[in-house]
Amino acid sequence: MLKVPQYDSIQFGEAALKLRAFRQEVISSNLVNADTPGFRAKDIQFGDVLKKTLDAKMPSSANSLATTNARHIGGAKSPAIATEFRSSVQPALDGNSVDPDIERSEFMKNSFFTEATLSFLSSTIKTRLSAITGQMQ
Amino acid sequence: MSLLGAFNIGSTGLVAQAMRLNITASNVANAESVAGPDGRTYRSRQVLFAPVPVENTQGAGVQVVDIVESKEPLKQEYKPFHPMADKNGYVQMPNVNPVEEMVNMISASRSYQMNIEMMNTTRQLMLKTLDLGR
Repeated sequence: MLKVPQYDSIQFGEAALKLRAFRQEVISSNLVNADTPGFRAKDIQFGDVLKKTLDAKMPSSANSLATTNARHIGGAKSPAIATEFRSSVQPALDGNSVDPDIERSEFMKNSFFTEATLSFLSSTIKTRLSAITGQMQ
Repeated sequence: MSLLGAFNIGSTGLVAQAMRLNITASNVANAESVAGPDGRTYRSRQVLFAPVPVENTQGAGVQVVDIVESKEPLKQEYKPFHPMADKNGYVQMPNVNPVEEMVNMISASRSYQMNIEMMNTTRQLMLKTLDLGR
């Protein structure tokens, strides 16, 4: 039987939404730089990064350090998200590797999945609320 | 909220593309200007784009770093009775290439539209996030 990681669904939703918003930023900067010479399109491996974020989050949430002074050392921070260069099919002569069509479709896909995550999270919250109040909303 | 980053990045694109449209308009308008305020013939201008870091994001926006004058030689037209003609009867006309300018204009307006579309989608996502749990 396949082993399914048991994540708390609200924590999962939070991590996924944060990562979706980050990816939205990355794709936005690709689109905005569609005419910039020498700019190379970037993206993240969504699944890998989400898994890493969740796995790193599980133990560290219990022993994270609060910094109340500028001289405090912050402890282990969540690792920076690794971006990778997208390989382009038809690179431009000026070194720009942004393909607006690919970026636009990725942008739409990312928006769609953000909405999906939002509705999953919304349903989870509703379910918990109905469990707390003991009546259907 | 992190989605605001996508919004800020989009706005840098709008500013840069609007600047590019302005410069194109100036080139087209001055395609026949043989004398500018400094007495020189108008030369075609082009914008230079470069990525710029945006506050609170890891992404990059875009910025117009410089506006350069084209180094292409000026067009010579034989008009011996023109007030600006030199002793051989030639007038120096601007080196504006109308075809290039039209292509530039279409490309700039398409990029502008793309940025608007992107910001609209991000706005809808932000509104949906505000409705979370309702």
